[in-house]
Amino acid sequence: MIQQLENLLQVSDINVSFGGLKALSNVNLSVPSNRVTAVIGPNGAGKTTLFNVISGFYSADSGSIQYEKMDLLTMPAHSRSKIGISRTFQNIALFPGMSVLENIKLGAHAQLKTNVFSAAIYLGSAAREERAISERIYDRLLNLLELEDYADRSISGLPYGIQKRIELARALAGEPKLLMLDEPFAGMNTAEKANMANHMRQIIERTNITVLLIDHDMESIMSIADSISVLNFGSLIASGTPSEIQKNPAVIDAYLGEE
Amino acid sequence: MNQHTSFLRKKPKLDIFANPNAELVFWCIFAVGLMMVPVFGSAYFLYMACLVCINLVATVGLNITVGYAGLLSIGHSAFLGVGAYASALAFLHMGTPLALNIVIGAVSAFSVGLVFGLPALRIKGVHLAIATLAAQYSLYFIFQQWTSVTGGDRGLSLPKTDILGMGDTGFYYVVAFVALITSIAARNLFRTRIGRSFIAVREKDYAAQVLGINVVGVKLMAFGIGAAYAGIAGALLAAFLRIVNPDQFTLTSSVFFLAAVVVGGRGSILGAMLGAVFMTLMPEILREGISFAMGPEADMASVLSPLREIIFGALIVGFLIFEPRGLVGIVRRIMGHREVVDAGTGH
Repeated sequence: MIQQLENLLQVSDINVSFGGLKALSNVNLSVPSNRVTAVIGPNGAGKTTLFNVISGFYSADSGSIQYEKMDLLTMPAHSRSKIGISRTFQNIALFPGMSVLENIKLGAHAQLKTNVFSAAIYLGSAAREERAISERIYDRLLNLLELEDYADRSISGLPYGIQKRIELARALAGEPKLLMLDEPFAGMNTAEKANMANHMRQIIERTNITVLLIDHDMESIMSIADSISVLNFGSLIASGTPSEIQKNPAVIDAYLGEE
Repeated sequence: MNQHTSFLRKKPKLDIFANPNAELVFWCIFAVGLMMVPVFGSAYFLYMACLVCINLVATVGLNITVGYAGLLSIGHSAFLGVGAYASALAFLHMGTPLALNIVIGAVSAFSVGLVFGLPALRIKGVHLAIATLAAQYSLYFIFQQWTSVTGGDRGLSLPKTDILGMGDTGFYYVVAFVALITSIAARNLFRTRIGRSFIAVREKDYAAQVLGINVVGVKLMAFGIGAAYAGIAGALLAAFLRIVNPDQFTLTSSVFFLAAVVVGGRGSILGAMLGAVFMTLMPEILREGISFAMGPEADMASVLSPLREIIFGALIVGFLIFEPRGLVGIVRRIMGHREVVDAGTGH
C-alpha cells in the first residue's frame, strides 16, 4: 500500500483483446513519481497497445488505471492533457500545416485559456497569453532542445532527429507530470540516439517529471531508466532495475537473446 | 530553468507575411482601399464592391470550416439563407436596425449550423459533405415551403436601409466595415490556441486528442463559426438586394463559395479574400472583355453567355492545375517565398 501511494500511475490487471486476439493479458505496471520507468519487449509484444490504453484510444476489457487517484479508463482521451499527462508517438505526429513554434504551443493547449471571442479580438488577454507562452517556450524549451533556429520553420523537410525533438518539446510545453514516450529512439542513427538520450537526461535532471517510455533500444534505455518492465506476447514477464533485467534468464530468452 | 538568455521574441509568420509589420501594412492598405471605393467609383462599381465584400465575408467563413478545420461543407449558402431570412423577418416585424440584424443573422445561422453539425460531425470527408448537402436541401425546402413566414417562392421584400442619410454609399461603408472586421477577426483566431486546434483536428485528430483538444467540440465550433459568417453575409445580402427568396440559396451558390475557397487558397484568410474577389469580379470582367472584343455591333448575347461560362471554368481549372495552393500561392511566389507552411493538404 505504501508503495502505491508513491506511484503516479498504477496499471492493474489490464486485459485488452482485438476480436479474438489477446493484445494484453493481466498487465500490472507501477510508475513511481519522479522516476524513469521503461517498458521493453519485442515488436508486437503490446507496448504501444498499453500506451494507447493509457491514452484512452483503446478501451480495456477489464482492469483499472489509476493516475493520482483518478480512474483514467472512465475519462475521455482529450481530458488527459489537462491533468498532466502528455505523450509522443512512434511515428512522429506533428502538424505540417503549422510552424515549429505553433506545433510546440499546441502542447500547452489545455493550459491556455483564450476563448473564441477574445481570440477574434486579439487584444488584451489573448495577445498577452500568446506572448507569454511564446516566451516560455523560447526560454525553457527551444534552447534546451537546441531548436532555436527552427522556431519559424515549417515542419516538413526538417530532419527526422529534429522532428523527434520538436515532438518532445511539444510534449513538455504543457509542463506535464507524466511524460509518455513511445519509442523515442526509433529510426535514429547512433549519433541521433546519443543526442536524444543526452537531451532526455537534461530534462529529467532539471524537472521533477515522471517518465514512462517504451522502446526496444536496450542500450539507450539502460542508461536512462530507473526500472524496466518487460512485455512479451501481451504479458509482463519481468520487472526490475536495468542490471536485474539484463541478468534475468526469462528476459534473455524472450528478448535479449534474439538481437 | 530560467537562466537561459531570452531569445529574440519573433512572432510566428503566418500566411505570406514575413513579419508582423508587413501584415499590418497590408490591413491598412486594404482598409484605405475599401474607403476609397466610393470616392472614385461609379454606382455600378459601388454595387460590385458591395457584392465582393458580402461574398468575402461568406468565403472567409467557409474557409474556416473547409480550409482550416478540414470539414467539407457543400451547404454553405443555406446558412446564408438562414441569416438572410432571420434578419429580414426581424426587420419586417420588429424594425430592428441593420447592426442588430447582422447579429441576428450570425446567431441564427450559428444555431442552425450547430443543429446540422451535431449529428454530421461524427462522420468524415465525403460522408460529411453529403450530410451538409442534406442541410442545403432541407433548409431550401423550408425557405420555399413555409409560405406563411418566408413568403414562399416570392420571398420577402425589404424597404431601403438608409445609413446616416448617405444612401448607397453609407450602406457600402457598413458592408466594407463588416468585411474588414470579420476578416481581421478570422485572422486573429489563427494567432491563438483556437485556430491551432482547428488545424490540429484537420491534420491528425488522434494527436489533437492527446494535446487536450475535444475533437467533436472543435469541429462543431469550426462549423458553427463558418455558418455564423454565412449568416452575417446573408443579413448583409438581404439588406443589399432588398429581397430574400429561396433561389438565392441554392446548391449552385454553395458551390460558388466552395470554388472561391479553393481558387483563393485553402487554409489562408488572404486566400479566401482573393478567391471571393476573383469569383465575383471575373464573370463581370469576362463579360466586358468579350463584348469589347466582339465590337459594338455584336448582338449575340446568347452566344456570348456560354462562352463566358466556358472561359470562367477553364480559368478555375487552370488555376488548380498550375497553382494548387490557389491565388495565395501565386502571391507567395511573387513575393519570393520558398519555404511555406504546408496548408494545402486538408481533405
